[in-house]
Amino acid sequence: MERRTIFAGWVLPVCLVAPQLLLTVFFFLWPAAQAMWFSLVRQDAFGIRTEFVGFENFADLFADPLYLDSALRTVVFCTAVAGLAMGTALLLAVFADREIRGRAIYRTLLIWPYAVAPAIAAVLWVLLLNPQIGVVAHALKSVGVLWDYKLNDAQAMTVVILASAWKQVSYNFIFFLAGLQSIPKTVIEAARMDGARGWRRFRTITIPLLAPTIFFLVVVNIVYAAFDTFATIQALTHGGPGKATETLMLKVYRDGLINLDLGSSSAQSVILMVAVVVLTGLQFRFIGRRNAE
Amino acid sequence: MKRRSLLAATAATAVVAPLGLPRAQGAKTKFVFWHAMAGALGEEVGNICKGFNAAQTAYEIEPIFKGPYPETLTAAIAAWRAGQAPHLVQMFEVGTGSMLAAGPAVKQVWQLAAETGVALDPANYIGGVRGYYSLSDGRMASMPFNSSTAVMWYNKDVFEKAGLDPAKPPTTWNEVIAACRAIKAKAAAAIPMTTAWPTWVHFEQYAAMHDLEFATKSNGFDGLDTELKINTAPFVKHLNRLLDMSKEGLFKYGGRDNAAEPLFISGEAAIGFTSSAARAAITRDGKFKAGAALLPTDPEVNPNPINSVIGGASLWTMTAPNRSAAEYKAVATFLQYIGQPDQDAHWHQVSGYVPVTFAGYELSKKQGFYEKSPGTDIPITQLARGKLTANSRGFRLGRMVELRNIIQEEFEKALQGQQTAQIALDSAVGRGNKVLREFEKSARG
Repeated sequence: MERRTIFAGWVLPVCLVAPQLLLTVFFFLWPAAQAMWFSLVRQDAFGIRTEFVGFENFADLFADPLYLDSALRTVVFCTAVAGLAMGTALLLAVFADREIRGRAIYRTLLIWPYAVAPAIAAVLWVLLLNPQIGVVAHALKSVGVLWDYKLNDAQAMTVVILASAWKQVSYNFIFFLAGLQSIPKTVIEAARMDGARGWRRFRTITIPLLAPTIFFLVVVNIVYAAFDTFATIQALTHGGPGKATETLMLKVYRDGLINLDLGSSSAQSVILMVAVVVLTGLQFRFIGRRNAE
Repeated sequence: MKRRSLLAATAATAVVAPLGLPRAQGAKTKFVFWHAMAGALGEEVGNICKGFNAAQTAYEIEPIFKGPYPETLTAAIAAWRAGQAPHLVQMFEVGTGSMLAAGPAVKQVWQLAAETGVALDPANYIGGVRGYYSLSDGRMASMPFNSSTAVMWYNKDVFEKAGLDPAKPPTTWNEVIAACRAIKAKAAAAIPMTTAWPTWVHFEQYAAMHDLEFATKSNGFDGLDTELKINTAPFVKHLNRLLDMSKEGLFKYGGRDNAAEPLFISGEAAIGFTSSAARAAITRDGKFKAGAALLPTDPEVNPNPINSVIGGASLWTMTAPNRSAAEYKAVATFLQYIGQPDQDAHWHQVSGYVPVTFAGYELSKKQGFYEKSPGTDIPITQLARGKLTANSRGFRLGRMVELRNIIQEEFEKALQGQQTAQIALDSAVGRGNKVLREFEKSARG
């Protein structure tokens, strides 16, 4: 079913599209082009001396073990966040999809966290987990866990993964719930008649029928974990201790705005830009193909 | 933040800038001052500016808070690139290297004085402060404003509980360890010792006071081809001391930069190393008797410790296209105004920063300030101790913020037992030198 409005002439359509085009040009295309240019030059912070260095910034990055560490760390982080956020959301969605009393309330409450700004979410987590004042931290200490995520790599990583995943659960929940509701009840009924039990029904019917949703969410969650968790991590750990929670996005910020190494920071931005293009391309390809089927 | 790059953020910052720029009409010459002083200190900066506006009729200053030091630096750079730099900007001491390499973006104090004819005599300013912000021939590059140094803060109530003499704080590291053990044994405080500014206190100040080379070429004063030297025996010894104290439960790492300050102010930690300018916060929020003492030293490394170095910030005059001579004169007049003895003494007394002029110090003495508030002269005593050497003049290293972070990162890894002190410092030197070479290349162009 396709609805299309046909405009007479071109003035009105151009006027309607122009604001968005202008925004895109000024806030996306122009800075992106500048980032590409900056990634090819070496410049002091004030932009007084500029020297074209070709791909030296990129070569330096790939020769830097710290950058490769950061990339690997980002992969681990993204996998953990996507896995945790989607697993939890799916579980909650399955339960919320059942016929239970007060279903609407549960659903609304589960969607709430999505509306919390990342930095605020991080502050809430700090209040829970702070080694000195945190409630959870006190509980952990009372059972003998040496809790200090400011000085323990694994704990720091756990904290940022938890906080980031929590934020994304709501979003995934909405999609999973919609996906579950769109599965025809008749199919499930038929399976039940054939004697398929709960887990088997879930594995052989629900999961395959949810596959498009799952694939879409995998891409969205990876993009989220890689690019939208900056505020959360910055507020919680600043990338520390050591570099234990410094993802690629944090490194771009650190190198660009704190260390004022614009060349390297821009080169990193360009690499990230390529990564987003690839991910989005993949998504369009596969989702597009599924829709065409 | 998907495809938006760093530059979008930069552009956004620059858009904000024109708000405070002077209008051409009107009798008064207006100029803008970006500062990084939050809270109580920010209010004091506001008062200084109000005082200046009331004291004369020709000029009007507009102070704008731009966030913490590093953000103010970034904002100033972005604004300059967009041709919208503030007239005056407060820049932390570790940004000095970057600002000196900024060439046409800044007008150094000696230039400003020469062009406007407003007298700004370096001889009025205390040597240890002035030296940090001067060229090697003595001409001042930026105007000293808020200078502090690191001191050892200790909780007198806890000292009494632990059976220690509150009037006699430890002066050497061995005494500090002994005091911490006593505090731990009597459970007088949850944490015997913590430190804010790990790099500044335990590497920069430690190097200066013990007359150790932090970096070659007089810590960068004599050239951009400088290299870090902090992996030598005395530094390794000190880092090992901190690691051992941490293992023994005597020292608790509280995070980077000033993240550990609340540990002391809340009363949890008995000893806290931080800036002397924490005085305002400690007296306001601390529910205990606090004392300030000289930073402890290690007599085995150097039996005659010399001066510590300053921290804090100075004021830089920035350029912009179409900026008029009258505007520069306004800035120069303001710089002259804050250097007056009564202004300097007042700022020193309310803020916990040290006086930057001799006259301000003399006036504070005459007013009996140091008798009234004992301990306020500790930073001055420490800054003035012994004879200034190439190792204790200060630091002029490019991208010093990054260097500090590198050292903190390696320190954190060592505290977790992932590496020894020697490996941590070797790796800090290796990584730091790479940064210094990058800066050298970009500054030479």
